[in-house]
Amino acid sequence: MAIFLNKDSKVIVQGMTGSTGMKHTKLMLGDGTNIVGGVNPKKAGTEVDFDVPQGPNGQGGAPTSVPVFGSVAEAIEKTGADVSVLFVPPAFSKAAVVEAIDAEIPLAVVITEGIAVHDSAAFWAYAKAKGNKTRIIGPNCPGLITPGQSNAGIIPGDITKPGRIGLVSKSGTLTYQMMYELRDIGFSSAVGIGGDPVIGTTHIDALAAFQEDPETELIVMIGEIGGDAEERAADFIKANVTKPVVGYVAGFTAPEGKTMGHAGAIVSGSSGTAAAKKEALEAAGVKVGKTPTETAKLAREILGG
Amino acid sequence: MDLFEYQARDLFAKHGVPVLAGEVIDTPEAAREATERLGGKSVVKAQVKVGGRGKAGGVKLAASPDEAVARATDILGMDIKGHTVHKVMIAETAPEIVEEYYVSYLLDRTNRTFLAMASVQGGMDIEEVAEKTPEALAKVPVDSNEGVTLEKAREIVAQAKFPAEVAEKTAEVLVTLWDTFVAEDALLVEVNPLAKVASGDILALDGKVSLDANADFRQPEHEALEDKDAANPLEAAAKAKNLNYVKLDGEVGIIGNGAGLVMSTLDVVAYAGEKHGGVKPANFLDIGGGASAQVMANGLEIILGDPDVKSVFVNVFGGITACDEVANGIVQALALLKDKGEDVTKPLVVRLDGNNAELGRKILSDANHPLVQRVDTMDGAADKAAELAAAK
Repeated sequence: MAIFLNKDSKVIVQGMTGSTGMKHTKLMLGDGTNIVGGVNPKKAGTEVDFDVPQGPNGQGGAPTSVPVFGSVAEAIEKTGADVSVLFVPPAFSKAAVVEAIDAEIPLAVVITEGIAVHDSAAFWAYAKAKGNKTRIIGPNCPGLITPGQSNAGIIPGDITKPGRIGLVSKSGTLTYQMMYELRDIGFSSAVGIGGDPVIGTTHIDALAAFQEDPETELIVMIGEIGGDAEERAADFIKANVTKPVVGYVAGFTAPEGKTMGHAGAIVSGSSGTAAAKKEALEAAGVKVGKTPTETAKLAREILGG
Repeated sequence: MDLFEYQARDLFAKHGVPVLAGEVIDTPEAAREATERLGGKSVVKAQVKVGGRGKAGGVKLAASPDEAVARATDILGMDIKGHTVHKVMIAETAPEIVEEYYVSYLLDRTNRTFLAMASVQGGMDIEEVAEKTPEALAKVPVDSNEGVTLEKAREIVAQAKFPAEVAEKTAEVLVTLWDTFVAEDALLVEVNPLAKVASGDILALDGKVSLDANADFRQPEHEALEDKDAANPLEAAAKAKNLNYVKLDGEVGIIGNGAGLVMSTLDVVAYAGEKHGGVKPANFLDIGGGASAQVMANGLEIILGDPDVKSVFVNVFGGITACDEVANGIVQALALLKDKGEDVTKPLVVRLDGNNAELGRKILSDANHPLVQRVDTMDGAADKAAELAAAK
């Protein structure tokens, strides 16, 4: 088990033929991801050869050819794809996500950073209007990985192994850091939900899925300044999560009104502060670490190893 | 990016929101001609990105061109809540104001939608209205794909209980304000006050606009709206090099990869600094995933050029980019700076972890740079960097 992504997931890549898409498709294949196609209307009908590196869990290592389709709908029809990873430049991301929603792909992972808020708000509203048949992860996220099974995005596949910790985080590098700190225990799935003001899958969605996942024994939740997603996640944990949750929040030293790298990481007036998020999480029974390392230690103590 | 009032006014005018005439000037003498163009009288308004300028004496009536020069002389250079006034707007005097309302559109992060807010209690701080009389502030979600049609605008106006005689005119203004919000890729457009004047007309007398930097690719005109004078010189230099940098007020220079990790690094340094005389991070700098030698050199150059910086903490987690590449980047960056004649004298603490960490650490050890210290854990390295900053 795992959440949102497993060895049976059939993955397509929108924007596969661009340089970032090429680089990461190769890495995903190396991690054992079942990539069944790319999408690019201009190159439909061609195949792209990947010299796939040997992955950390023994996958990959053999040259692989990936067919290019003209549309997401065509790719689904011909391959049964159920996940799309998007490496589409910001200017074209809205159209690409809308295409994925129209094709009713169950999961769209939007890696792209720098999408205008009016575009992400528009595709989120569109997904909602279409009955939320497509789960959107991101934008501005590293994607998600189920170690040993599948990798949909840019999380390094060799940090850790399959295990019993579930991780949900707004930040990519803090995801990697936490996976590294706890690499000996391993992860069921790690989901980077992204640092933009408007994102598809939230902390709450991932918490709910990890609560239901029998292989996840403990959840690590990483938040950062901006918005009130962590506060709402705290309420959700209090009411619905029985598994232990360990938390970390970044941005205590961020000044008011300054965007800290992520478009969504901004303290506005007195709202969105790290202190308020930490307090809310602790009030919900979540143990919150002062540093990533201390947070990992808290998780380790609970798991007893 | 938050705009000045005059820039908001210009955008409103461009999209048909009714505003008064006005122009921005930066010398007292220019107030004369500007006031003459307005028929001999004007309002002189300080342009600062902070509320409460009226109370601070930053808005004055001028009954003649001479008086406008005098008022502009008073206001230019004034300090309003830490903001120096460099520009004033010479605006048309408003006809007699009968009532003051409030309208805005903004992003509602919680519900992942846009929100219209409207109130008949305008002219004052809207957060105060929201707190004291929340029932007087209507909040109406706006679907991004449906937008604000006249029909939707009427719904907003009705929910906010605008008087019947201004309802239709206000609804029309709300449609043009929505056009501004969408066409300019704004995160916030706010009119406060939206005034009903004696003639019965509705006018936007003051406004706030905040723009989405992520939309710059399709908003080529927005670059000109940037307030380049106000930017911290280090922030401006970093921006010119495409670096994601924010100046802070501490002593430990920070370089890292990834926004979350860098934010965390600032916190960990501030936490470690408590034991070292309260030293704090001097900046936020995310050099991103690639972290080539050139990018590292650019980052180091900015940070070493900050006179407040006493020590530097380079905190990198090797993900896709392996640590050996990062270590080579650091070594080459120091060489590049030396070639440029930069006098690098501040100690660097480097922590490398993740992909190829051992190789990376070996490269740093072999380079044996006199200013570089390797500490292999994030908390330990933060402590060392704080200690070095405190010792200086």
